[in-house]
Amino acid sequence: MTRVAIVRFPGSLDHDSAARAVAGMGGTAVEAWHGEPELPAGTEAVLIPGGFSYGDHLRCGAIASRSPVMGAVGRHAAAGGRVLGICNGFQVLCEAGLLPGALRRNATLSFVCRQMDLEVADADTPWTGGRPRGAVLSIPVKNNEGAWYGDPASARPVLRYHGEDPLGSVDHIAGIANEAGNVMGLMPHPEEACDALLGSMDGELVIGGLLR
Amino acid sequence: MSQVVVTVMPRKGVLDPQGQAVRGALTQLGFDGLGEVRIGKRIELDIAGDDPVGTARDMCERLLANALIEDYTVEPA
Repeated sequence: MTRVAIVRFPGSLDHDSAARAVAGMGGTAVEAWHGEPELPAGTEAVLIPGGFSYGDHLRCGAIASRSPVMGAVGRHAAAGGRVLGICNGFQVLCEAGLLPGALRRNATLSFVCRQMDLEVADADTPWTGGRPRGAVLSIPVKNNEGAWYGDPASARPVLRYHGEDPLGSVDHIAGIANEAGNVMGLMPHPEEACDALLGSMDGELVIGGLLR
Repeated sequence: MSQVVVTVMPRKGVLDPQGQAVRGALTQLGFDGLGEVRIGKRIELDIAGDDPVGTARDMCERLLANALIEDYTVEPA
């Protein structure tokens, strides 16, 4: 039973659905409080969930990325531990410098909430459950600032939007990993695609990266 | 206390959809001859100490601006 610390910031929104997805796959979800300088004892993997940490003030994820717990998340990542950032969690990881690039306002200037097809761009990370390159996963997005901006050569694209990309990400990037592959961030919400009732179980392929 | 004004703008070459939307609306209102429109933010800080501008610059580097997508200027008010 992998012990997964789920970080809660003021304004985190998807903590409970992330915890449910982890538990549903046999992991143990524990809460990591933003003000603590250390992760809970026994933490094996870290999940930074979606939401609007600090009300998205200044820049999405900017204030959360400077909070005490992020020092511990950085040390966990540097030691090779797995870290997954979803939506606002992805923004926090970029602002913290644990992943390259930044997330900007969607090209449509609107909140985009819909099921998306994502193409596996790199099959050699723990985050796509061994699906081959080119395989298509169905996972929803729900965000206002989801357009990844950066130098694609500096990133390791793991998932790309398949077909239309209303967000306007550089190279249609939906999710990237660090070079070692142990840190992953994506704008789509895999925790909302872990139940047949929600129309797709493909999210388990991503969440599973925390558990294997 | 000295007041310092920080201006943060999207970097040249970085898509500014907000500026583009405002540009479209202004054109629709009949404002011709409009070039680029870019939207940023102004931050007013009251800072104590000998070097308020230097302190504000440090704040920009560490939090207020993201150098990948934004440029900033710091001026005493």
